[in-house]
Amino acid sequence: MTSIGTPVPFDSHAAQPSLVRAFRANLLSLIGLVLFLAVMLVAAAAPLLTAYDPFVQDVTHKLASPSAAHLFGTDEYGRDIWARMIYGARLSLLIGLASTVVAIVVGSLIGIVAGRYGGRLDAFAMQVMDVLLAFPSLILGMIVVAMLGPSLANIILAIALTSVPAFARIARAPTIALKGRDFIEACRSLGLSTPRILVRHVLPNIFAEILVMGSLWLANAIRTEASLAFIGLGLRPPTPTWGGMIREGFDNILDSAWLAVVPGTAVLIVIFSLNLIGDGLRDAVDPKLKGGE
Amino acid sequence: MLAYLVRRTMLAVVTGLAVLTLVFCIVRILPGKPSHVILGDFASQAAIEALDKRLGLDRPIWAQYVEFIHKSAMGDWGVSMVTDRPVIDEILRVLPWTLELTIVALAIGVVLGVPLGVWAALRRNGAADYAIRVASLLGLSFPAFVSAVLLLLLFAIQWSWFPVISARTGSLTAWVQSLTLPAINLGLINAAYITRVTRSAMLEVLHEDYVRTARAKGVPWGAVVWRHALGNAMIPIVTVVGLFLGILIGNSVLTEIVFNRPGLGKLIVGALNQRDYTMLQALMVTYTLLVVVVNVLTDLVYGLVDPRVKLQ
Repeated sequence: MTSIGTPVPFDSHAAQPSLVRAFRANLLSLIGLVLFLAVMLVAAAAPLLTAYDPFVQDVTHKLASPSAAHLFGTDEYGRDIWARMIYGARLSLLIGLASTVVAIVVGSLIGIVAGRYGGRLDAFAMQVMDVLLAFPSLILGMIVVAMLGPSLANIILAIALTSVPAFARIARAPTIALKGRDFIEACRSLGLSTPRILVRHVLPNIFAEILVMGSLWLANAIRTEASLAFIGLGLRPPTPTWGGMIREGFDNILDSAWLAVVPGTAVLIVIFSLNLIGDGLRDAVDPKLKGGE
Repeated sequence: MLAYLVRRTMLAVVTGLAVLTLVFCIVRILPGKPSHVILGDFASQAAIEALDKRLGLDRPIWAQYVEFIHKSAMGDWGVSMVTDRPVIDEILRVLPWTLELTIVALAIGVVLGVPLGVWAALRRNGAADYAIRVASLLGLSFPAFVSAVLLLLLFAIQWSWFPVISARTGSLTAWVQSLTLPAINLGLINAAYITRVTRSAMLEVLHEDYVRTARAKGVPWGAVVWRHALGNAMIPIVTVVGLFLGILIGNSVLTEIVFNRPGLGKLIVGALNQRDYTMLQALMVTYTLLVVVVNVLTDLVYGLVDPRVKLQ
């Protein structure tokens, strides 16, 4: 049907089951999925998993080493690290997911519309996306957050802005590739409206790739959020964020190294699990990478 | 060649203009007027207007835009709102630190990443391939500041092999010592990206007909891999390395903060904290220039690695 090299890798009927098959066949992405679900579960069940309040200070027990009472010790205000970690997970995941969803929706819309209509609109939109893409994303995020102020909505917006161009490009290429295909022509000759064709027939065909890239960009979004918080552009203290905790831990690194190491490991685990998922799935949905045959 | 350079420069100018426009828009459109921020919430209206006038913020937006573009192009980037010194001096003072760090890190990335990627591709689905894939995936999962903190903790604090603050002093040993940890931190992350792109680029070319032909006519396997295959895989590798620049710059900011090393990264964080708008604007222009220069360099490297690419 498609010869090697034509960028039309997706078949609307095969997309769904192939994802399931991909997880079954690829041990690494399965491990990633299990790890990520475990983090989601811990974040969701945070109040059940600790007796401590992440905000309550107890200066008599400040900078305590890990012990039975405090699994990962306490920070410089005597707050329980484990409690702050699992409540921080909620924020990391929330910001990461929200910004990725915003970026997927806005980016795909731009990409599909640009790809569908082509011409000047396409050239202009892609030029804007290229400029955004060329600019270092962390710097862009830093500037937007610093100017708008570090509120939850602004951080989500800033991170989303840095990944919109990626999704616009991802959505545009297959849209153009699909444009000439028979079933789209058939839809048009049946008199279906353009938005209907885009939503019902184009979107499902590029969904698998968007999903794969979504998991990779979710990893990126979580990393950007942690980086911003580490720089001091995260949600304001005392809100527990992983990046903020690493920053506070870094200030005490000479005597209480675990303060930075524990949340650092948490960020790493989440990003690694998402990359494992995305990497395995990408192999599965991209026939070119299957290679060999 | 000359015509090519001229055309590339024109294109670079267009890209540069586009990014400058973006920079201008970001600084102007976002809320938080500089004058309010500098003078505080209780400043009188007259004081704010006076400062607006001094900064040229009272003029129509298009006039500000034209002046901004003109001055950017002329290298007149204004004086810092905090130190009152020309921002370009401050930037030029720390630029070598950042360039030195990123170039050494890029070299580490290529030296480690390319052979590892080739090896993984040759051992496809074998144990070595799996180990390299998982390790490189882990490497690019590291937020740069987390790996930097770990390196600092292990090698500077635990074992005291390197100074905790990496600012070079006179001697060569001091310079090497201060550069090593930050460069390794950035370099390992780069190596992770380069390993992955090398592996997938190699996998694609290893199935090509010319590779089979070369083997069939008796070219030694080593030469087939390193000359025929890798030579053809270089184009995607160079492309991706060029695209890494954004990531590399972000990571260098984080690395500079952790190792307390002078550079553009520390400068931009300071400017953000102090709301030094002229400095911020100038730094964004600097980053833009870096991106444009790297784009041109990437294109030139294409010509070097692939004789089919005619620079015209």
